[in-house]
Amino acid sequence: MHFGLSETQQTIKKSAKEFFSAECPMPEVRRLMETEHAMDDALWKKFAEQGWTGIIFPESYDGFGLGIFEMAIALEEMGRALVPGPFISTVLLAGTVLERAGSQEQKQKYLGAICRGEAKSTVALLERSGSWNLDSVMVRAKHQDDGSYTISGDKLFVTDAGIADFLLVAVRIEDAVALLLVPSDAPGLTKTLMPGVDLTRRLYQVSFNKVNVPAANLLARGPKAREALEAALDVACVGLTAEMVGGMQRLLDITVEYAKTRKQFGKPIGTFQAVQHQCADMLFLLEGARSSAYYAAWMLSENDPGAKAAVSVAKAYASEGYRDAGNKSIQVQGGMGFTWENDAHLFYRRAKASELAFGDATFHRERLAQIIIDK
Amino acid sequence: MDLNLSAEETKFRDELAAWLKANVPSDWETHRLHDTMHDRFDFLRKWQKRVFEGGWAGVAWPKEYGGRGAGLMEQVIFTEEMAKASAPPLANVLGLALIGPTIVAYGTGAQKKRYLANILSGDEIWCQGFSEPNAGSDLAGLRTEARLEGDHYIVNGQKVWNSYGWAADWCALVTRSDPASQKHKGLSYLLVDMKSPGIEVRPLRQLTGESEFTEIFFRDVKVPAENVLGTAGDGWNVALGTLAHERATLGVSAQIAIRRQIDRLIELSHEVEANGTVAAQDPLTRQKLAQSYIENEVLRLNQMRAVSKIIQTGAPGPEGSILKLAWSESNQRFQIVAQEMLGAYAQLTGGDFAIDAGAFSYAYLRTRGNTIEAGTSEIQRNIIGQHVLGLPKSY
Repeated sequence: MHFGLSETQQTIKKSAKEFFSAECPMPEVRRLMETEHAMDDALWKKFAEQGWTGIIFPESYDGFGLGIFEMAIALEEMGRALVPGPFISTVLLAGTVLERAGSQEQKQKYLGAICRGEAKSTVALLERSGSWNLDSVMVRAKHQDDGSYTISGDKLFVTDAGIADFLLVAVRIEDAVALLLVPSDAPGLTKTLMPGVDLTRRLYQVSFNKVNVPAANLLARGPKAREALEAALDVACVGLTAEMVGGMQRLLDITVEYAKTRKQFGKPIGTFQAVQHQCADMLFLLEGARSSAYYAAWMLSENDPGAKAAVSVAKAYASEGYRDAGNKSIQVQGGMGFTWENDAHLFYRRAKASELAFGDATFHRERLAQIIIDK
Repeated sequence: MDLNLSAEETKFRDELAAWLKANVPSDWETHRLHDTMHDRFDFLRKWQKRVFEGGWAGVAWPKEYGGRGAGLMEQVIFTEEMAKASAPPLANVLGLALIGPTIVAYGTGAQKKRYLANILSGDEIWCQGFSEPNAGSDLAGLRTEARLEGDHYIVNGQKVWNSYGWAADWCALVTRSDPASQKHKGLSYLLVDMKSPGIEVRPLRQLTGESEFTEIFFRDVKVPAENVLGTAGDGWNVALGTLAHERATLGVSAQIAIRRQIDRLIELSHEVEANGTVAAQDPLTRQKLAQSYIENEVLRLNQMRAVSKIIQTGAPGPEGSILKLAWSESNQRFQIVAQEMLGAYAQLTGGDFAIDAGAFSYAYLRTRGNTIEAGTSEIQRNIIGQHVLGLPKSY
């Protein structure tokens, strides 16, 4: 038994770190976050060339064929670099839904396009309730006589919908949860930006006004659709949690560096225990988040029955931990930490969005309670 | 990353589980809840002997000194299996977890031969003589004097907060052997026979009402010069070795102990009321129980990662302070959850209405000491700041 990275995994992490820090230095992050979709084609193409866009999918769909654990450590490095844009929505969320729910043909066409970097996508799940519980899906799709489906209703908080070429939409067909693939240019579909605190990822309201899609666009209906969504949410949750760990590491590095160099009362502020203890607490939170994220990734990659609990432990811990780390980082950096020029707020903003995505700490504690209390 | 047990580890686990099934005393729970501290200790000492004779004590210690010669991972499996089997802990806590490993690391061949097997069998119980009335967090300020006279040291001074001082046959004593020295230099780590003339042990009653700790007075106590562990004058580094083991390893058993209490509290949540409903169905209680579970799980995972790192690097590092903080502070938070859920009954220490014979009220009081013993939380955060993150020294 070994709890840590193998040599191959260390190599993957190192190459991810080199790639993302070279391609996404902070000036580039700041440039991209001012663009409409917080991503541009040139950078996405580079991601695809490196294999990141197909990281966990089989080679038969032009994927890279790595495991969930290897994906998580790559995401940790993306989080450290604060890589903006639709990677998690497209690859982890939409990619996994397609892999689990799609037919052979759908996978060749759509998952293949994602792996090759030719298409971007996202999953439209949340509605007015803001709930990540699949029972909260209310938007209806009506089965027409010609076999097609007509969707009416609003999806909210759809991450990166603006840049998506197609959306995977969770709907109700009669009483069953189902998944429909909807091209972005479908008549009756409108996307409206929902401005949020995270400047590196966009949220959208997606409205469906009698949007019609052919029967061939149904991915799954009933238990298969639920299972695919649940699987995708767990994979995305683990990826996001690992990304949060990387963000916490970067915040700690920035903060410790500042505490060593910034002088007050004639000495570096890192000399003072009140400052040291905040840095120590940041490391404490970081290491717990890292251990639990690695564990969740491992459990998921092994299809262990305990994976669900492990994912909830990791997400609940990181949700509060990243937020706290952001608070401490800004506090230690004082007035400097409160400026726009300082990078801390970009991570602090990302921490807020990440805390909420795929269920916040309260959501995951309740999900865990159902496992450990209700049995 | 591979959390599956190897074939060898699986074999070890299965053999141990079978042995425990056949040997764990069935009346431990009664002794745990109802014995006096001294009676309970006698019970645990007998149990340790049985474990030793079964060949399971000192899993990671060298075979030639009575250990099993297996790895640190097997040591962790041992602790986990003991918990699964609801086995009593071993009596010689400090000898097994702290002082033995330090003797393995720093001892001469003769010292290892003399002391290690008796630690494992429980025939010789150990205590630690580190803290003094004026040297707590600032341990390097200790003044207990060891004066070399011929082939003996003459020891004078006072130690305090000695767990198991009342049961100890031997004491791992940190002394100042160079009277002109200051701070970390000029200290020597002595192995002292508690039956030596001039030693007086007094119980120290703590806020729980028990006397787990003692004060030890040394008046012209003769200690053979050969009883120095490591090099004379290098006692600080030897002591740091012990403290690193303390932080790295005590957490494993602490995590398991807290987990058992969480499991018990979850069981009780189906029986008691909170906010007008069964506690198990009260959303607020569910959140708190889940949070306790999460913190305990994160502690377990941090431990696993730390053990893997120790196996690779060979020795526990300053990161052990993270584990110490985690078990002590999460335990205090959990005890508050237990107190809140059990409501009025939580405060009872005995009598017909006490839950589990008052185990939770005792734990509430005892846990208060967790962030003080084995290095205060403040000291742990200083260590993390200064020795892990490399921030400037503040003292």
